[in-house]
Amino acid sequence: MILVVDMNFRRDSLGYCEFVLPIVYAVGGLDSVVVKHYPDLTTEDIEKSASIILSGTPLKDNATLNEPDRFSWLRNCKKPVMGICAGMQTIGLAFGADLKKCLGIGMTKIETLSPNPLFSSTFSAYALHNYSLGAPKDFDILAESDRCVEAIKLRHRDIFGVLFHPEVRNPEIIHRFTHEFGSTE
Amino acid sequence: MKLGVLFSGGKDSTLALHMAAEKEEVACLITLASKNEESYMFHTPNIGVTSLQAEAMELPILQKPTEGKREDELVDLKDAIAQAVRDYKIEGVVSGAIESVYQSERIQRICSQLDVWCFNPLWKRRQKEHLEEIVEKGYDVIISGVFAYPLDSTWLGKRLDRDLTEKLLLLKEKFDVSPSGEGGEIETTVLDAPLFKKRIEVLGSEVAGKGNSVVLRIKNARLISK
Repeated sequence: MILVVDMNFRRDSLGYCEFVLPIVYAVGGLDSVVVKHYPDLTTEDIEKSASIILSGTPLKDNATLNEPDRFSWLRNCKKPVMGICAGMQTIGLAFGADLKKCLGIGMTKIETLSPNPLFSSTFSAYALHNYSLGAPKDFDILAESDRCVEAIKLRHRDIFGVLFHPEVRNPEIIHRFTHEFGSTE
Repeated sequence: MKLGVLFSGGKDSTLALHMAAEKEEVACLITLASKNEESYMFHTPNIGVTSLQAEAMELPILQKPTEGKREDELVDLKDAIAQAVRDYKIEGVVSGAIESVYQSERIQRICSQLDVWCFNPLWKRRQKEHLEEIVEKGYDVIISGVFAYPLDSTWLGKRLDRDLTEKLLLLKEKFDVSPSGEGGEIETTVLDAPLFKKRIEVLGSEVAGKGNSVVLRIKNARLISK
């Protein structure tokens, strides 16, 4: 089962409809996933999952960025993880990277820098972020735009981050993540 | 959180309002009355009905006229949201955008500039489930404008029910017309909804336009008990 983590500031917020449900639809519907709000995550949830997707949030929602300790589990996580927008920022913080102010709104040209199983070449994706990551030392940079780092992978682990929102115009990236790294267990 | 809802009087912004009201406090409606019927941002043939809808919901409405010129109308939208921040102390804005990156991107930019929250609770919804939810929740929605082949005046005034939902979904298969009309193919007007304390009765209307671009203009309407 795929675990989708709701990264919004409040459980069942308006942001859930906008940033969590589209990921659920991309994965195949509510029957295919378990959705948990981030403060409610348990060790059992993580252990039972085949892969984990951390959702994005509204532009003004920085709740998870202010609670990095809640994501210390990422440091020992052996499961495949994909963080989207706030999810990527949170992954970066969990491994000691710095946030870098970078406003991005709308369709953005993404250039792939390193071969990876999720995407290739140059493509357009929907951006909605106030921050990216400054040179994260434990990560390979997979893609960038003319403004900032757009995708990362933790070296030697299947932990990915994408700053853009693949659920909006690039759902195939979510499909590849779940197919490549397993959707059932 | 106090929110202002970008309100056109159609089914999508009314459902977005409903969802916002379930989770937050809706402080006001914000309506841009565009003089350009081909506006990419604000399209409704019955923008005048929004006052009646607001009255039916007992919500204040902030209405702003706009020439509807591309991009200039965004200045008018920003002014309207800024006024709602001042007058109604809103902290965020809600839109009924479902698929349109064009619309959502522009609303997100304005909200970012004004440092207010932006919510699009219908974002990326599945069209079938979306229309079915509107029917199941008891909305009384009529088609008040059509702007794409093969839609014509025979569709005007039809009520959104299960049969019409099926027909709209078939149009998607055959002609790639968005069933929810988010590409501007279809405009709707809500006459009753769960948040309405009274419903709207249409007393007079006229059809304007021709061919595959026609609107049903409501000329006279009133609120009546439900």
